[in-house]
Amino acid sequence: MGLFFAAVAVAACGGTYPQSALDPSSDFAGRLDGLFMQIFWWAVGVFVLVEGVLLYTVFRWREDPARGRPPEVHGHVLMEIGWTVIPALILVAIAIPTIRTIFLVDRPTADPDALVVEVTGRQWWWEFTYPELGITTANEMHIPLGRTVDLRLRSADVIHSFWVPRLGGKRDVVPGRENQLWFRPDSVGVFWGQCAEYCGTAHALMGLRVLVDAPADFEAWVTTNRSNAARPADSEARAGQGVFMANACVSCHEIRGTGARGQLGPDLTHVGSRLTIGAGLLDNNLENLIRWIDSTQVVKPGTLMPEVDLTESQIQQLAAYLLGLR
Amino acid sequence: MATSEADVGGRAAGEHKQGLYSGGLWSWLTTVDHKRIGVLYFVTGLVFMLVAGLEAQAIRLQLARPEQRLLDPEFYNQLFTMHGTTMVFFAGMPLIIAFFNFIVPLQIGARDVAFPRLNAFSYWLLLFSGLFLYSSFFFGGAPDGGWFAYTPLTNRQYSPGMGMDFYVLALLLSGIGSIAGGVNFLVTIVNMRAPGMKFMRLPLFTWMALLVSILILLSFPPFTIGLVFMFFDRSFGTHFYDAAAGADPVLWQHLFWVFGHPEVYILVLPAFGVVSDVIPTFSRKPLFGYPVVVFSGILIAFLGFGVWVHHMFAVGLGPIVNAVFGGATMLVAIPTGIKIFNWIATMWGGQLRFKPAMLFAIGLLGIFTIGGLSGVMHASPPADLQQTDTYFVVAHFHYVLIGGTVFGLFAGFYYWFPKATGKMLNEGLGKAHFWLTLIAMNLTFFPIHFSGLLGQPRRTFTYAEGLGLDTFNLISTIGAFLFTLAFVPLIWNLWYAWRRGRPAGPNPWDAPTIEWTTSSPPPHYNFAVIPRVDRRDPLWHPHIKPGLGWAGEAEPGGVFPRVQPDDAPEPIVMPNPSYWPLVMALGLSLATIGGLGSLPLVFTGVALALLGLFGWAFEPAEGGH
Repeated sequence: MGLFFAAVAVAACGGTYPQSALDPSSDFAGRLDGLFMQIFWWAVGVFVLVEGVLLYTVFRWREDPARGRPPEVHGHVLMEIGWTVIPALILVAIAIPTIRTIFLVDRPTADPDALVVEVTGRQWWWEFTYPELGITTANEMHIPLGRTVDLRLRSADVIHSFWVPRLGGKRDVVPGRENQLWFRPDSVGVFWGQCAEYCGTAHALMGLRVLVDAPADFEAWVTTNRSNAARPADSEARAGQGVFMANACVSCHEIRGTGARGQLGPDLTHVGSRLTIGAGLLDNNLENLIRWIDSTQVVKPGTLMPEVDLTESQIQQLAAYLLGLR
Repeated sequence: MATSEADVGGRAAGEHKQGLYSGGLWSWLTTVDHKRIGVLYFVTGLVFMLVAGLEAQAIRLQLARPEQRLLDPEFYNQLFTMHGTTMVFFAGMPLIIAFFNFIVPLQIGARDVAFPRLNAFSYWLLLFSGLFLYSSFFFGGAPDGGWFAYTPLTNRQYSPGMGMDFYVLALLLSGIGSIAGGVNFLVTIVNMRAPGMKFMRLPLFTWMALLVSILILLSFPPFTIGLVFMFFDRSFGTHFYDAAAGADPVLWQHLFWVFGHPEVYILVLPAFGVVSDVIPTFSRKPLFGYPVVVFSGILIAFLGFGVWVHHMFAVGLGPIVNAVFGGATMLVAIPTGIKIFNWIATMWGGQLRFKPAMLFAIGLLGIFTIGGLSGVMHASPPADLQQTDTYFVVAHFHYVLIGGTVFGLFAGFYYWFPKATGKMLNEGLGKAHFWLTLIAMNLTFFPIHFSGLLGQPRRTFTYAEGLGLDTFNLISTIGAFLFTLAFVPLIWNLWYAWRRGRPAGPNPWDAPTIEWTTSSPPPHYNFAVIPRVDRRDPLWHPHIKPGLGWAGEAEPGGVFPRVQPDDAPEPIVMPNPSYWPLVMALGLSLATIGGLGSLPLVFTGVALALLGLFGWAFEPAEGGH
């Protein structure tokens, strides 16, 4: 069973698991994984030994009338000392790298050039603010390759936990506290994450993506995202903007450069450029946007976004407008 | 009251003549016999276990495939909350207390527990709090904040329904019964041991019952305080956990886990106790390293209070806190390992008889070891940052709680069933039950180690198809269905024993401890004469020393009698049946229901409880002489 475990663990590094803790892609996650694998192999060793001895004992000493009544044995001091000391030594071997790693990962980053990102957990989505860059976005965090990011985690409502397994371990997002988490990614790509502390009805659907960009791509993303929203490109999108501004949408969402200044829901200034909508729930395309607006409570039960009473064509226009916000 | 036979306890003698399982409803409502209360606990715990098991079935069905929408998310959240809460408080603990009730007085040579009416009171509170909790399904929905009920999710703002009120009130009510039970068994074991039954001669199961009683006494008060704070926050608008008012919601986590972790040992130490009695009997060898096994149990119980933060490594409490609690948690592995090695050493060189009780005991060794090893993995705080709140942890604690508690309790069930009923179970059905359970358990919980490490968080009603976790979840769901099927041979076996079970006799297993000297099922008064104990395994040494015999004999015989005499040589005083514990429990339960928002009901309930208390206080406790 231990070997089976190991085989699957190795197979799991293959990359078909976008949220795997066994496939680290940052210094931080790498340290956690290294420590885990160390403990894991100790555990495999103990597992094989204990289960082996157990099975041998059970087969070797099964009832056999020829042997007669077993002699009375009440204990053995040296053996007791042995199976106290040897496990203790193994635990010391685990404890030393553990404590070393604790004092690395449970402390703020020492990197003065770290990019600060403020992460706010909300029922049931994530807000990312870059104070140095003046950018606010939702559910998808872009970061540059090769630079440490320094996350400041806060909650707007209940406790959440920020978890992007391939980049960093969990860190709870607790009201009244500011927690920190840092990591330096070592490859570009899209990394999956999701809330890991039960936070209510839609907890399962509180996903996020971290996009690690090459430095030039990141600069381009920054430039785009600091600017105000794009103007609607065609008549349909213009009509969609009208729908947005005339309905409840404006009271919760902000679209910079327009009259929409709501602060309760995600900033939609560049929503069209995101990969997903609904906090990592659906691919971002016209069809899904329509579905999302039309039947929000079915797509994401419990979400605080109400289903606004719109006609089919209004929804169509709205979706076209939002998709154009790149 | 007449003489001779009837002297066996006034009205209690009548109860005895009816037999342990006969008698009308009234006799069950007013019973203070520890054995009958044990049976009540057992049946109640088993029913709640089946209900919580069905909840788990529904959960696994929902998770069989990715992005399924069979169950409404809100209902799903209620199901996992109720599954955990029920398994811990209304299945695990009652089943354990059932064994304490039935077995501990027999193992120490006592005729009942120290406070028989308090014992009945504890049971009624358990039953009523469980029914109260489940009634929430009919009043706007069950609790849905998780069994751990973290604030602020569970405060009035984020959980406006009544579900969490049911949770808080039900656990406060059952907590009263648990604390009373802890007092009862502590006093019983300390004060009511037979002559010569020194602490270091106690059977291991009783030893663990003693430790668990202490754990209950020390761990439930902080939880109670936490629940009272939560009740005040929800009902009266106080701010014990309100970050906006300057308080810290993490306070609840500390109060919960400083209870919650010892609770794990409350659930698992009794199973260790069972195994420590079962393995020697079916190996025909005394327990290897008895004092070491006892002291490692004490050490586990002690360390249990110093490790609660390992449930909170991701909270961000800082490197020093995490290092200290990580280290303390790893220490638990040492006494646990010692127990496992001593059990194996007990079997070494023995004559192993693979009766169902022994199979479950060996199963515990094998399965619990896996849970222990994964436990060491998340004892390391950095590794736990990836594992906490994922299915890896779900796998871990099911290996511990099924591999430990459930296997241990099944071992105890097959071991003591003949004692409790006087009937033998069918061995083949018992073995089928064991193998099915073993296979199903591993099929259900082994795959989710992987799905957790590969990114599946706990308490999620679904998972994205893109995560690649389909296969693990599907296997787990199949395993869960097999697990339900595994209960069929158990139920069948009960039916079999009832209809066709062979008479057991006092000691069908050639076991060494004194509960096996009395008849099966034992008479109302357990022992016609109290045995005198001069060693740990008196029944294996019936003629070792002169002077050994029944306590109170004018001239002790030279032989330790293997079987109790039919007649009591002197009158036995037994407690009277009483309905006052039931009255008082009903009163407290009414007051609890009133806690949902009806002051008149609270007053009525308190008045009834006071009436019960007075009736109880002024009732003659003991009949006969």
